[in-house]
Amino acid sequence: MKFHKILMTVCLLLAAPVALATPATDELFARYKSEGAAGFDAERGSKSWNKETKGEDGEMMSCSTCHGKDLSKEGHHHKTNKLIQPMAPSANKERFTDAKKIEKWFKRNCNDVLARECTAQEKGDFLKFLLSK
Amino acid sequence: MHTKFKAALLAVALLMSSGSALADGNFWLWLVNFSRQKEVKAVDNKTYQEECGSCHFAYQPGLLPGKSWAKLLDEKALADHFGEDASLDKDTLKTIYDYAMENAAEKSYSKRSRKIALATEDGDAPLRITEVRYIKRKHHEIPEKMVKGNKDVKSLSYCNACHTKAEEGIFDEDTVDIPNFPHRDHD
Repeated sequence: MKFHKILMTVCLLLAAPVALATPATDELFARYKSEGAAGFDAERGSKSWNKETKGEDGEMMSCSTCHGKDLSKEGHHHKTNKLIQPMAPSANKERFTDAKKIEKWFKRNCNDVLARECTAQEKGDFLKFLLSK
Repeated sequence: MHTKFKAALLAVALLMSSGSALADGNFWLWLVNFSRQKEVKAVDNKTYQEECGSCHFAYQPGLLPGKSWAKLLDEKALADHFGEDASLDKDTLKTIYDYAMENAAEKSYSKRSRKIALATEDGDAPLRITEVRYIKRKHHEIPEKMVKGNKDVKSLSYCNACHTKAEEGIFDEDTVDIPNFPHRDHD
């Protein structure tokens, strides 16, 4: 009986649809830690994601300016209106599978929204938050 | 005699049908190819398409001269690409740079690219396609309300907002469809 319960729990855990990590994000979490980041927190990531800062043309912007409020839906580039595929791994299996690509966009987008690069801590928090979507 | 004539006819027909694919590569093929060279060569490099196309319409290299691409596709310049950080790693940048230079306006036999090359021969290299004289002239009769004042167009920079076959490098007037202005209502 006890064994059955354990088995069921294991099965439920395995079937959970939430993508909490991929090989690419595992690699990045490890790298960010080696760069001095402590543990990562989805809640902190969520706050930074939605925090508005003043862009270069005076417009208030945050990550959701382009990625949209609902991460399971498509977003639009704020200038060119080009379609951006959903950020949520639950809606877009391609997301967070390529470490090089993740780093490329962190560099660009942190520079565009925050006018600086993100720290290892911030990037890890963002990833934790996004992977839970 | 008869068969030779037929063979020649077939050869010409084949060259005509496979037109645009061959037109950009070789002068002699270009010369005997009749369905050629009006339009701009479509992008046929995956890296170029993906990297440029992830933020905006992947403008074909044949829309600007090499000297413009050299300015735009520079490591430092890309860090502030019209106000956005579009940095690329060295390898990717080299692929894109080489592709753009090999297919730049002055390297192409397409009529439009030749006109762009001619219009940009003298003076500073334009950083925007919309600064090219030939492109300006082609668009100058379009009233502002159809472009700037049109919420689904906003700027001439968004080629594919109206040019329905822009991805294929086709910018012919017949393929233009201005959003919110159906039936070519030009008033």
